Amino acid sequence: MSEFGDGVGVTNTQFVTLFDARNPLHLVNGERLDEVIVSYETYGTLNDDRSNAVFICHALTGDAHAAGWHEGDKHPGWWDVMIGPGKPIDTNRFFVIADNLLGGCQGTTGPSSINPATGEPWGLDFPLLDMRDFNVVHRALLDHLGINHLHALVGGSMGGMQVLQWSMDHPEQVHKAVIVASSARLTAQNIAFSAVGRQAIMRDGHFHGGYFQKYDTSPDTGLAIARMMAHITYTSEEGFESKFGRNPQRDEWSHGFGVDFAVEGYLEHQGEVFLGRFDALSYLYLTRVMDYFNPFAEPGCLDRLLDDPVRFLVVSFDTDWRFSTEASRHIVRQLTRADQPVTFRDIRSPWGHDSFLLTIDDYLATVAAFMKSDTTYRGTSWER
Amino acid sequence: MSAKPWRIRPDLHVISQHIQPGSRVLDIGCGDGELLYHLISCLQCTGTGVEKDPESLLTAVARGVPLLDLDVDTELNIFAPDSYDVVVLSRTLPALTRPDKVLAQLRPIAPRMILTMPNFGLWRHRLRLLSGHMPESRDLPYSWYSTPNLHHATLVDLEPLLTDIGLEVDKRIPLSPSGRPRRLGQFGANLMASSAIYMLRRTS
Repeated sequence: MSEFGDGVGVTNTQFVTLFDARNPLHLVNGERLDEVIVSYETYGTLNDDRSNAVFICHALTGDAHAAGWHEGDKHPGWWDVMIGPGKPIDTNRFFVIADNLLGGCQGTTGPSSINPATGEPWGLDFPLLDMRDFNVVHRALLDHLGINHLHALVGGSMGGMQVLQWSMDHPEQVHKAVIVASSARLTAQNIAFSAVGRQAIMRDGHFHGGYFQKYDTSPDTGLAIARMMAHITYTSEEGFESKFGRNPQRDEWSHGFGVDFAVEGYLEHQGEVFLGRFDALSYLYLTRVMDYFNPFAEPGCLDRLLDDPVRFLVVSFDTDWRFSTEASRHIVRQLTRADQPVTFRDIRSPWGHDSFLLTIDDYLATVAAFMKSDTTYRGTSWER
Repeated sequence: MSAKPWRIRPDLHVISQHIQPGSRVLDIGCGDGELLYHLISCLQCTGTGVEKDPESLLTAVARGVPLLDLDVDTELNIFAPDSYDVVVLSRTLPALTRPDKVLAQLRPIAPRMILTMPNFGLWRHRLRLLSGHMPESRDLPYSWYSTPNLHHATLVDLEPLLTDIGLEVDKRIPLSPSGRPRRLGQFGANLMASSAIYMLRRTS
């Protein structure tokens, strides 16, 4: 039990078909999907005037299971430190919705789902996605739940990108927006890491041009390598030093090319575990969406926000070099210059990008204060 | 207008009386957001606070005051020219590494600035120095080794710097140790005012 309470208990993932042949999903690139199933979970209770909803957008490899426990879980949901009774996103007060995003592989339609036109898995025939496509599906889920206004929209990393895009496109729907360890445009280095991860997958002999399911195989080696490399970027030199240093994996050095250092064992384990829960095609599609994301580059992108300001909280971590403090400051600069009420904090943490998933007191206290913050005062132009 | 002056610190009340309702206010070193919260909730202002102290900062955030955790000495470039109507520096200047550079960087951000400075020239401070001790008072309550203030200035030493930077003094309000305007006004201010509030205007 943490200082922020005990958790939401046992949760279950639900499924809903949000788009079908009669009501297809029209994508940003002009293509359409005739079937979209979405997995989601909810925590807490929706109040009578439907004003206490909080929507959670997950990061690259997250899922709908954001908090609480499933039967047989070894770990709780991915943001259990953040969501629960008495926690920063307090389920005693808020009705929290978390889904798996479009193109994912944890219950929501993605490139490994069956293409209804062919009866075969989509593979690389699945259309390329845009950050806005994720949000169209999130918003369709809200419609399905009968919610049209959010008290808060919250996300970390790639989830923060969805929050930013959504706030810019539909600010009237959002009262507060929380963007943690995120970026409004990937750097060349970010894109380079994504590219190498994708190459590892696509050059794996079991990739079969993306139609590996037909051959009843999967590019496991490539996906594990992509994950191992990405994992290095999620932590920090300081974090690796304090956790592993130059420690050996076993009692004695074996002096070969096997796993001899503890850090190697850790990465291998991360790669292995990932294979059990993630799909190589989703990895390709989702990382590519991030590469192209650049919302502030669009002319007039801030016009809607100027008419309908959103209260933003932007949080970064000082050792995060994947999405650095400077990337967050860039978001703050853009939003501040568009007269948005923005709160920003750079949090001291040794754990790099992964910090947004961890119990770091200053971080959780900041989100808690923002979520609690006084919204009763009237008469300012932010409160219409 | 429903300002509740008795609710906020007297010196902040004086500042709030010199801010037009509906102004965009940037409060550098806003502490727990007391002034901004008052301006936002009672005077229809919008605004941003800048603060680094973790405890004060959380209080301000919980009040709903937009707050940026920035290093004032190095990170003011986040604000666009003329993006605010008034910049407030309430007792902040002495704690900055280079007050002159910060003032110069703030100048383009708003046409008006309101500055509160403790007065090192107060007679009580002068007596303390004559008796061989560092000054301490209600406005400078710290020991030399734990004070956040890196710089001290008398009122007469502050004013030439303002002129150099291109800030014109519209009004100077000397305060008594309680933070209220002195009954004697400007008379003997450099000797007898515990601090002073300056209403500044950018010269063209």
